[in-house]
Amino acid sequence: MADSELKAEDIIKQIKKAGIHFVVALPDRVTSHYLLKTIMRDPDFKVVQVCKEDEGISICSGLFAAGHRSLMMMQYTGLLDSVNSLRGVAVEGENPVCMLVGLLGKEPGVAPTQSKKYGVKIIEPVLDAMGIEHHWVEEAGDTQKIVPAIEKAYASTRPMAVLIGREPK
Amino acid sequence: MMQRDECLKVFKRHRKDEIVVAVYMAAQEMTHIMPSDLNYTFTGAMGQGSSHALGLALGRPDKRVVLFDGDGSLLMNLGSLVTIANAAPKNYIHCLCENGTYETNGAVPIPRAGQIRFVDMAKAAGYPKTYEFSNLWDWDYELDNILKEDGPIFVDLKMEPGEAYPEDFRRLYSIEYRDKFREALKKS
Repeated sequence: MADSELKAEDIIKQIKKAGIHFVVALPDRVTSHYLLKTIMRDPDFKVVQVCKEDEGISICSGLFAAGHRSLMMMQYTGLLDSVNSLRGVAVEGENPVCMLVGLLGKEPGVAPTQSKKYGVKIIEPVLDAMGIEHHWVEEAGDTQKIVPAIEKAYASTRPMAVLIGREPK
Repeated sequence: MMQRDECLKVFKRHRKDEIVVAVYMAAQEMTHIMPSDLNYTFTGAMGQGSSHALGLALGRPDKRVVLFDGDGSLLMNLGSLVTIANAAPKNYIHCLCENGTYETNGAVPIPRAGQIRFVDMAKAAGYPKTYEFSNLWDWDYELDNILKEDGPIFVDLKMEPGEAYPEDFRRLYSIEYRDKFREALKKS
């Protein structure tokens, strides 16, 4: 494996470093195999599986009200399906909902906005329109963005999304 | 059939230090009938009450979380029944205010109003214990036990509007009150 390749273990290290214990998840093809399954086996995490992604936005908000940090894992399609919850619960409700979002079908090395896949192409503009910060993670070094992004979300009580551009191994 | 405000007044008499999550009309009335810093009304989008309550229950397993959900709201987030049953928080009590209408949105009937067996849905999803009440006396009689039992518990409350209380949506979704809730819960 080349050193520049995105590794699931590096992402997990960063998630732990950010003080995340609760992971709320609906399987996403980009992150399921190496990332979510590993997290589900790791006793440092408590995984809450949801049936629909907007549930997760609210579960993370309830956890925040109870004094906990959490991470919502989903596919970009689930983010699009959760726009009203993101609007009302996360943005207007000022909840630090941290999302890790797989960009299924994005071409390797191509910026999301340049993707030929319509759903992937519109993700960043949708998040921009909603005023939600986002960070593109595609190469090994990009995982360094995760901890500061989570810290900033909790400091400002605002949501943010980490967009996973390729399958971490 | 119970009147909603009377139903909440009965609950108030039994309430100790529970976190109470409520949506729409129940939330509006709760702020008048049983004001408390442990009231959580900051659900932000329709259907989401049961999921907020789950986050609270998982985050504070030492405290009982009682949810007053709406029937229209639950229909919008039916999968949450399975999510909650799967997470199985023992401190979760899911009360459904079944009035058969989208009362806040003009009192239009919900689909199949009065013909849906919500307790059967909850049982099928995996809630180990369910109740159904249509009169205040039974609700009053069982409530102490319900508040002591291991959950998740589902309680269908058949009700209709009672006395009208002033609405204040700004209060329901207030960040200031949400922060007060967080502080109160931290100390509780």
